[in-house]
Order: sequence, then C-alpha cells, then structure tokens
Amino acid sequence: MPREDIAQFTIRSVQVLAEDGTVDEDLAPSLSDDELLDCYEAMKRARRLDERAISLQRRGELGTYAPAIGQEAAQVGSAFAMDEDDWIVPSFREQSALMVRETPPQRILEYAMGMEEGAEIPADEHALPPAIPVGTQPLHAAGVGWGEAIQDSPNVALTYFGDGATSEGDVYEALNFAGVYGAQTVFLCQNNRYAISTRLEDQTAAETLAQKAIAAGIDGIRVDGNDVLGVYRVVSEAIERARDGDPTLVEALTYRRSMHTTSDDPSVYREAAEEDEWEARDPIVRFQVYLENRGLLDQETKATIDERVESEIADAIDRANAARDELDPADMFRHVYAEQPPELERQAAAFERKGDRDG
Amino acid sequence: MADRLRMVEAVRETLRAELERDDSVVVYGEDIGRAGGVFRATEGLLEAYPDRVFDSPVAEAGIVGVGVGLAATGLRPVAEIQFQSFLYQGFHQLAQHVARIRSRTRGTVTCPMTIRTPYGGGIHALELHSESFEAGFAHVPGLTVVVPASPAETAGLLTAAVRSPDPVIFLEPTRLYRSFREEVPADDELPLGEARIVDSGEDLTIVAWGSMLRETLAATAELDADIEVIDPRTIYPLDTETIVESVRKTGRCVVVHEAPRTSGMAGEIIARITEDAFYYLETPVERITGYDVPVPLFAREDAYLPDADRIEAGIRRVLDRN
Repeated sequence: MPREDIAQFTIRSVQVLAEDGTVDEDLAPSLSDDELLDCYEAMKRARRLDERAISLQRRGELGTYAPAIGQEAAQVGSAFAMDEDDWIVPSFREQSALMVRETPPQRILEYAMGMEEGAEIPADEHALPPAIPVGTQPLHAAGVGWGEAIQDSPNVALTYFGDGATSEGDVYEALNFAGVYGAQTVFLCQNNRYAISTRLEDQTAAETLAQKAIAAGIDGIRVDGNDVLGVYRVVSEAIERARDGDPTLVEALTYRRSMHTTSDDPSVYREAAEEDEWEARDPIVRFQVYLENRGLLDQETKATIDERVESEIADAIDRANAARDELDPADMFRHVYAEQPPELERQAAAFERKGDRDG
Repeated sequence: MADRLRMVEAVRETLRAELERDDSVVVYGEDIGRAGGVFRATEGLLEAYPDRVFDSPVAEAGIVGVGVGLAATGLRPVAEIQFQSFLYQGFHQLAQHVARIRSRTRGTVTCPMTIRTPYGGGIHALELHSESFEAGFAHVPGLTVVVPASPAETAGLLTAAVRSPDPVIFLEPTRLYRSFREEVPADDELPLGEARIVDSGEDLTIVAWGSMLRETLAATAELDADIEVIDPRTIYPLDTETIVESVRKTGRCVVVHEAPRTSGMAGEIIARITEDAFYYLETPVERITGYDVPVPLFAREDAYLPDADRIEAGIRRVLDRN
C-alpha cells in the first residue's frame, strides 16, 4: 500500500459535574458525604488563603504570591485522588493541592515571606518543594515514578504544571522518559488559559494540551478542570493506571481568575467581561450548588466551615509571622552541604564577625 | 582488586563494585547499557545488573532532572552525560534543582546524585567534545566538583562520589581514559576535598589537575629544580590549606588548567594564595591555561591546549624571577 493510515488518535474529555450543579450519576465517583464536605472545605480553605495572602502582600507583609483562585477544583480534586504515600510534585501555584496533603498553610505563607522554612518537607510527607522555573518539575516526577517502579513500590507521583509549561522542552522529556521507563507518574496540566499574559493560542497551535501525550506514547485525557468530581474521577483512574506503570497526561481545563502573581495586572491583557464569564463558572459555586441540592450543605454547616477556615488561616498567619521574627540569617550556611566545607565554615564565621576578614 | 587498570577500566570496576555493594545505586545514561558507553566505561554492567542499569533517551535535561526524583525515592542515581559539553543542556536542572534542593528544603530533601562525564581535550574529537567547564560547575553552590588524574584516583574518588550525600560532578579527562595503567586498590575510598601532593619540593609549587597533571609531570621531569606538584583532585570544595601551605614554603607558584583563562579556577586559586600566603610570595603567580577562545576544532586543538613545553617555560619564568 503506497498510502495508508497507520495510526489514529483521539482525545477524550470528561465532565461529571455540570455548570448548573447537576451530576452525571454514571460517572460520579463514590465519595462519602464526609469526603464530599472535606473536599468542599479544602476548596474554601484554598480560596481564603489566597485572598488573605493577596491582602497581606498588598500591605507589604508577604512577598510575591501566585494565587490559584478559580483552580481549586483542579487542585483539590486531584490531591484528594492520591493515596497517603503517593508523591506530590508541585509548581509554585499549588497551595490548594498541598494543603490537602500534609503541608500546613503556615509553610505556604513562610515560603511567600521568603523563608526556606516554607519549603521544608514534613517528615511523613512524600512531596518535593515548589518548583519556580516553569516546567522543570515534571522531570522530577518522572524520576520519582521511575524510582518507585524500580523499587517495586506501589507509590505514584502526581505533578502539577500549567499550559505555559507545555512549551518547555523539559515537559516533553518528562513525558517521554515516563513512557520509556513505565514511570508511575501522573502529569496534571492545569490549562488555566494564561501564562502570565500569553494566551493559549500564542503558546501552541495544538488543539488540546492532552494530545501532547501522544507523541510520547502515553495516555492523554482532558477533564473539565472546574468540575471537582470530574477531576477526582479522571485523576483517580490515571493514578491507578500509573500504579501499573502506565503514565497519563491529564489536561484540566480551567481559568486563572486572579493575577499570575501579585506582581501582575491582568487588566493589561484581558477584558473584564471575560473574567465575569468565568466567575459564573467558578468551581466552588458549582460544587456548592451540588452539595446544597444533595442536602449536605445548609447555612449552618457553611458558616461552621467558614469560621474554621478563617481561624486556621489567622493562626497560620500568626505562626508564620512569629517564625519570621525568629529568623536566623546564618541558617543560609547550614544546609548547602551535608558537611560544611572549609570555605563555607570560613564565610559563616566571617558573617558572624568572628574571622579577621570578609570570608 | 589491586589490578593494573586504565582509567576507563577503573570507572567500570568502581561502578560494578558500588552496584554490588549498594542496592540503591542505579546507573543510567545515553548508550551506557547495551553499547557499554561510547568509551566503554560501563561495559558489562547492564548484563550484570539488568534491573539497575539503564539506557536512557537522548535527553540531557531529562537525565539530570529525573535524578532529583530518583534520589527523592531513596535511590543513588549515577548518570553519565556522554560528553561534558552536552551537560549544558541539563545545566538548568543542575543549577535550579540538583544543587540547591538540600538548602532550599533545609535538608529535608537531598540529592545524592553523581554525574559522570568525559571532559577536556586531546583526543581529536568533534567540535564541542573537548570543553573544560570545571569552574562553571564550581560556581554553583551545592555541587561538589571532582577531577581525577589517574586510574587509582578515579576509583577512589568515584567511590567517594557515589557514596556522597551530596551531588557530585565527576569530570573524567577523556585523554587519560586509556593512556596508562596503574595499580588500583579495591574499595579504596579517597576523601573528597583533599588534594594530593604528587611530588614534594622546596623551590616552586605547581597546581594541576586532570590531563594537565600529566603534562606538568612531563615538564617537571625536564627541569633541574625541586618542584612541589599538587593535584587538588576536588575543584570544589578546594583544599586551600594544602596549596597555601606549599606556597608558604616555596614562595613561588604556577597554576595550570586547560579551561579558558578568564574566570578559570586558576583565578580563584591565586586569589586564595593572595589572601593566605601573599607575604610569602617571592614573585607573582603565573597561570598556564587555555586561551579565551572556544576550543578550536581538532586541527588547531594542540595549539590551544597547554602542553609540557608551555608549562616548562612558565615554571622557568617563575623560577628565574627575583
């Protein structure tokens, strides 16, 4: 045959919870009422932390901060799909997912206050610190998922990155490595439509981001990223496949309702009308309607959750401020190497004004 | 062991020994498995340890980056980058993550990874197969940078690198891979951060590493002077004390490297000598180095690389000055 079709690919899209709060019962994940409420509370906590962080930054009490307002379903739904010993490999906007795991809001605030303490990994947590350079951490997740496979462990790595990151060569290398080695890794791309100011159509000519999996020979799927039940379902399935050595790229279609970071002004590059349109599709609102319709969320429960979230975050802010007040600048010398080399010993002594010269 | 090995064989036998000793060691890189590496430094390892030796895709950022994840799961990645110049494609992973993950997490995540790579000129290879970027790696806090100059040093230092709790860039002078044999003791771990006094002397100190040590010894053999030859072995952390003590004794010093002159390690070494041994110096320290030009293609490579003649002439100048 001189000409024949030798390969064909399709990309599937999934939605469980529609914008009006109705659910596709066939696809709905089996989550208990308590789990559903936990999920809701995690989304509310994430939203409130972002709001408080933005105002703290405006008052000069926090450094640059990257809010995830509008992306709570993508992050919380996926983090809920993980088992306790699975790995979370985040970028710099994953506070919503991290808090579902073992990272307390205090650490997130400390990191935004410019303290390494905020990137400390709790002893019982499988996590890597937030990656600042765009698209670098999926390779780490490929390594984690490969390392777990080498050691015959069931643990899976779930890594988060954005639409802009898919233009980075490292992301392709990560998908490709994962495919070659059967890494136990799930790649979650939150397509929030903007990489700072750059729109998706200026980022890629590809119709979907999920299809970037195809070239690497792994599965790719899209999910409505503002649908927490859909994200939970799709990522749960991807995680189970990953346990058997089949990595997946999940594209969660969402919208960054807020700024890229507190240093950014989205009004320069997008219309308020567009933002309004996405406000109506807000993931928390949609989930709230669903929970109300199911009779799980009355005014009292909502108020209790709001109060608990408010006081947790207020506590976290207090503790982070206290940690900042205790900050020891000489700490920067202590963790560069397992054993401090003589050069660093000398520089540390000079810093403490103990030597007879500046280093 | 104590066999007489070439450097490339010392690499292989050390990796074999570490794979045997420690189940957490994994070895991977381009063409290192079925082909045994383009220099055959990993020949036979895939057959011996099929579950922990891997051919990798041609992706240097990937090779470096996955190491962060492998290490996080408790493994000890030992990666090969086929030629040092191709590590530039993974340099961002090195500087952004591998080197700093310990400090940015205050020791809660570490990366005990070894990246081996052939480096340096002298084998008439293709363009971009002959660079010496040791100063660049040494400028990244968190990395340990090692350059062996003999088969025994290779075995001892590579053993230490694989066992190190921190990431090590292990630069193997391509030119020395098959140039000579020596006795290589088994399981002899050499400390990182300690220089070796190759020859003791009173008249002049010369500091050289990698393939330049051989050129230096060829030069000193021609001279009727009592010269102290120091091989730092570890570029970072540098054994300042050994160098400074020697210069305090001799009062004269020459530093040799094949990397370009500007911002090369000789500048750092001379700065340290100036800080700690300035009043002992009888004459300015001289550098014999590569030039500030891209390493030429191999038809002009010999003109670029410092050789025994240039080193000998440099030593004579420093000895002759009052």
